[in-house]
Amino acid sequence: MDGARIPILKVGRVLVVPIQFDMDDQTVIHLQERILHELERTCARGVLIDISLLEMIDSFIGRMLSDIAAMARIMDARTVVVGMQPAVAITLVELGLELKGVETVLNVDEGFKLLRAEFNTPDEEEEEFYWETSVIGK
Amino acid sequence: MESKSLALENDRDIAVARGLVRKIASDLGFRLIDQTRLATVASELARNVIKYAGSGRLIAQPTESASGRAGLRLIFEDKGPGISNIGNAMRDGFTTGGGLGKGLPGSRRLVDEFNIESEIGQGTRVTIVRWK
Ligand SMILES: Nc1ncnc2c1ncn2[C@@H]1O[C@H](COP(=O)(O)OP(=O)(O)OP(=O)(O)O)[C@@H](O)[C@H]1O
Ligand SMILES: [Mg+2]
Repeated sequence: MDGARIPILKVGRVLVVPIQFDMDDQTVIHLQERILHELERTCARGVLIDISLLEMIDSFIGRMLSDIAAMARIMDARTVVVGMQPAVAITLVELGLELKGVETVLNVDEGFKLLRAEFNTPDEEEEEFYWETSVIGK
Repeated sequence: MESKSLALENDRDIAVARGLVRKIASDLGFRLIDQTRLATVASELARNVIKYAGSGRLIAQPTESASGRAGLRLIFEDKGPGISNIGNAMRDGFTTGGGLGKGLPGSRRLVDEFNIESEIGQGTRVTIVRWK
């Protein structure tokens, strides 16, 4: 966890954020700032957050996801969270958290489908994968 | 398995607490959903300790019920300001810290036993048990 960074990739007009490990609060805050910075810098239209490796969502991380979605919307981008583990989903409901304004789908493919439909880009554009890893300091 | 104690002193310890609790729950043979519940509760209650009391500690005690059922007891204690109205604090959406007010009531829903003791100026102790 220490010093590790979560990459932000740009795929077409979508920022892809694969969360690969349990994040402490500071890492969560920095990730949120970096996503907003990258949204502004790249004019991306979508944010796809892959949480398939995330083993828990507490109120802090839940709030981050809602905040990202709200701020992205102001910047005319849509946020989709993909791959929530069933145990995480059940716990989230019992905890009473609603991820306000956040759309959740099963996997990355579904996420891209949803975002692609949103800004109806031709498929070719999406095929032209343009990877860019932005790693902004902790 | 013996009890473990973890000092809660800063933000990072919140993540350490939930990692430790998940590990203990897994070692005790709790199923994945219960490991997730316990890790989430640990995260919420450890964050309350850091946020409202500044510091405190977590004690994790593997336990057994009268009927021989295995369980895990978690105690979160601090010497912080205490809670003036526990009834309010346990209500969904009640917060004095600009949060969502889900930490305490949500944690209660995730466990089998939940007990909170608090005294103004003395501190707070939250004890939970989840049975296997
Ligand atoms: N250890 C503690 N010491 C003092 N006050 C506490 C403590 N834990 C909780 N409280 C009080 O109880 C209230 C409710 O706590 P709860 O965890 O449910 O919500 P929150 O921390 O405000 O928001 P959230 O956990 O959803 O981010 C807090 O706002 C705070 O006033
Ligand atoms: Mg709380």
